[in-house]
Amino acid sequence: MKYADEFRDKEIALGLAKAIRAAADPQKHYRFMEFCGGHTHAISRYGLEDMLPKNVRMIHGPGCPVCVLPAGRIDMAIRLAERPDVILCVYGDLMRVPGSPGASLLKAKARGADIRMVYSTIDAIRIAEDNPGREVVFFAIGFETTTPPTAVMIRLAEKKQLENFTVFCNHVLTPPAMQNILESPDIRNVGRVEIDGFVGPAHVSTIIGTAPYEFFAEEFGKPVVIAGFEPLDMMQAILMLVRQVNEDRHEVENQYSRAVNRDGNLRAKEEVSDIFELRDQFEWRGLGQVPYSGLKLKRVYAIYDAEVRFDMHELRVDDNPACECGAILRGVKKPVDCKLFGTVCTPETPMGSCMVSSEGACAAHWTYGRFRDHQQRRVS
Amino acid sequence: MKAYQRKLDIRNGCVDLSHGSGGRAMAQLISGLFHEAFGNEWLARGNDQSAFDVGAGRMVMTTDGYVVSPLFFPGGNIGSLAVHGTVNDIAVAGARPLYLSASFIIEEGFRFADLKMIAESMGEAARTAGVHIVTGDTKVVERGKADGLFISTAGVGVVPHGLDLSAENARVGDRVLISGTLGDHGVAIMSKRQNLAFETEIVSDSAALNDLVAKMVEAGGRGIRLMRDPTRGGLAATLNEIAQQSDLGFHLREEAIPVKPGVAAACELLGLDPLHVANEGKLVAIVAPENAAAVLAAMRAHPLGRDAADIGEAVADDHHFVQMATSFGGGRIVDWLSGEQLPRIC
Repeated sequence: MKYADEFRDKEIALGLAKAIRAAADPQKHYRFMEFCGGHTHAISRYGLEDMLPKNVRMIHGPGCPVCVLPAGRIDMAIRLAERPDVILCVYGDLMRVPGSPGASLLKAKARGADIRMVYSTIDAIRIAEDNPGREVVFFAIGFETTTPPTAVMIRLAEKKQLENFTVFCNHVLTPPAMQNILESPDIRNVGRVEIDGFVGPAHVSTIIGTAPYEFFAEEFGKPVVIAGFEPLDMMQAILMLVRQVNEDRHEVENQYSRAVNRDGNLRAKEEVSDIFELRDQFEWRGLGQVPYSGLKLKRVYAIYDAEVRFDMHELRVDDNPACECGAILRGVKKPVDCKLFGTVCTPETPMGSCMVSSEGACAAHWTYGRFRDHQQRRVS
Repeated sequence: MKAYQRKLDIRNGCVDLSHGSGGRAMAQLISGLFHEAFGNEWLARGNDQSAFDVGAGRMVMTTDGYVVSPLFFPGGNIGSLAVHGTVNDIAVAGARPLYLSASFIIEEGFRFADLKMIAESMGEAARTAGVHIVTGDTKVVERGKADGLFISTAGVGVVPHGLDLSAENARVGDRVLISGTLGDHGVAIMSKRQNLAFETEIVSDSAALNDLVAKMVEAGGRGIRLMRDPTRGGLAATLNEIAQQSDLGFHLREEAIPVKPGVAAACELLGLDPLHVANEGKLVAIVAPENAAAVLAAMRAHPLGRDAADIGEAVADDHHFVQMATSFGGGRIVDWLSGEQLPRIC
């Protein structure tokens, strides 16, 4: 497949693996967090762990928007969808995300709520046009990458003067979450593992550019390498991080220069800042409340804000107390350290955020990597 | 005297509730449309059932419901699929499929022209596969109750004495053979979904595999431990199922697994794994190592097995993992599909 196979070449991969082995100091430990679920998926899907030396360990971060959506927001959406006048439009991967125990959009749909799976924001607009007598709500979710399409959709709704269309906004931001992982008060409860560097987001960075990470690298003294989602991108980024650690540097480097520049997509950023503003705080499943990490619609666009139109109130649902997602997301624990992993918590019946989507740390390990647990056990 | 006062208006007419009520309209639909398309001596006798001889061997029986959406897709329609699917379920037992039943649940308002096209595809698929549709049923339901048309087919066939293909026959060291490229059917269907339409040259692989199976059995005999057709859930589901039933694991090589570039590209775009995508004209065979080369050669000599490949082997594994060496150089599990990615694919 052109433009994809070039970034999955085995020979180049073996060369990079060799270079990483040569560069990694056997006396040192290298613990790198890949923030994005896309990276977690690539690591697991291509078996990258098998190609890294033992002292280079990848910690899977919270960068999967579906995974970190708190159960309360799902409950809010379910409550909304149960109104007979509402059609709720969602992306398919949200359907199985657990709300409060036993609840999900999939189950609500089975019970009769009008929930429709869409593949793009345009589909939701079309549904609103086709159903003038109903209230059509789009469940907006995602990091900086998916926020511009939501902004464009609101512009389109404005242009078409659609009065039956609103957005339930759950857009979140990457840099505040990265910061939270290193300095949140929760760390006292879950302990911490030193993170020696970050593989920075791919698609998110095409929008926001590399500049937002500069403060982060400087302030926390951690190297950041922005990397693409292909496995060779990952291997090269890991090599770049190893070299930064060896040379005691903490800079923002851009491995994904074929798509990312320093300033990002100015037009997209402008659209987003026209329509959205920061929430004081937003809850992340597994991380808790993270200050200034979520977006909401500005007051001038309140007519498109489902939370305003339907007077929605914040719902809180506590995570299962045995769930170790918080510690796993910070690299303190591994999926197998959680009592729920693979017992009551599986991709079919996820309990915690890390098991929700295939980009979550636990789901990726369960789906692609759990054979290694047994290999290790057999050896020891 | 004419049996019916007016001919069925195939071009402009459509099914209404009277076509399911047991009256003259139903009789006319059955004889004018279905018998016409399936044409055989058993149907011509017009009994409530059909009687036939099956010859020596053990009988094989299977049934399947078809609810695919859309009804027409590149490479086939619900009718041809309803024949191929049931024929293949019989064939992978190493059996010769013989007779099918076909039951139709039709929504009122369904166009005769579409129904005729579907029935004719069924007739043609049956003739190509060498089977006869010998009994059937027609029901009509109100608008909105059946999304156009559902078809259910059942089939019987005969497997020679001594041939008993089943998962418990698999042994450590057996080879895993597949008959061709994976994911064609699923991608062809998806490309026509209303809210997902994308341009692709991929057509469904929907086909009857009984002739291919006959050639394989000829070449491999009892060296063939079992065969399955990897439909919903794709190759991943089929191999996981076999691993559990046979108390083994599998080791696959990703590089050896044939996937068309167009299918790979569509899967890339939609975030799917071709190993999870449905096939309707492919089979996977677990074959004793000493017979694998002969069976593979027989597959490749057949038009439906041109791209056949040896993709891995059965291994001892208490956990029944299907593992794969990725083409990138690492290892991974090939797990069951979780969740409902592609409803109503067949």
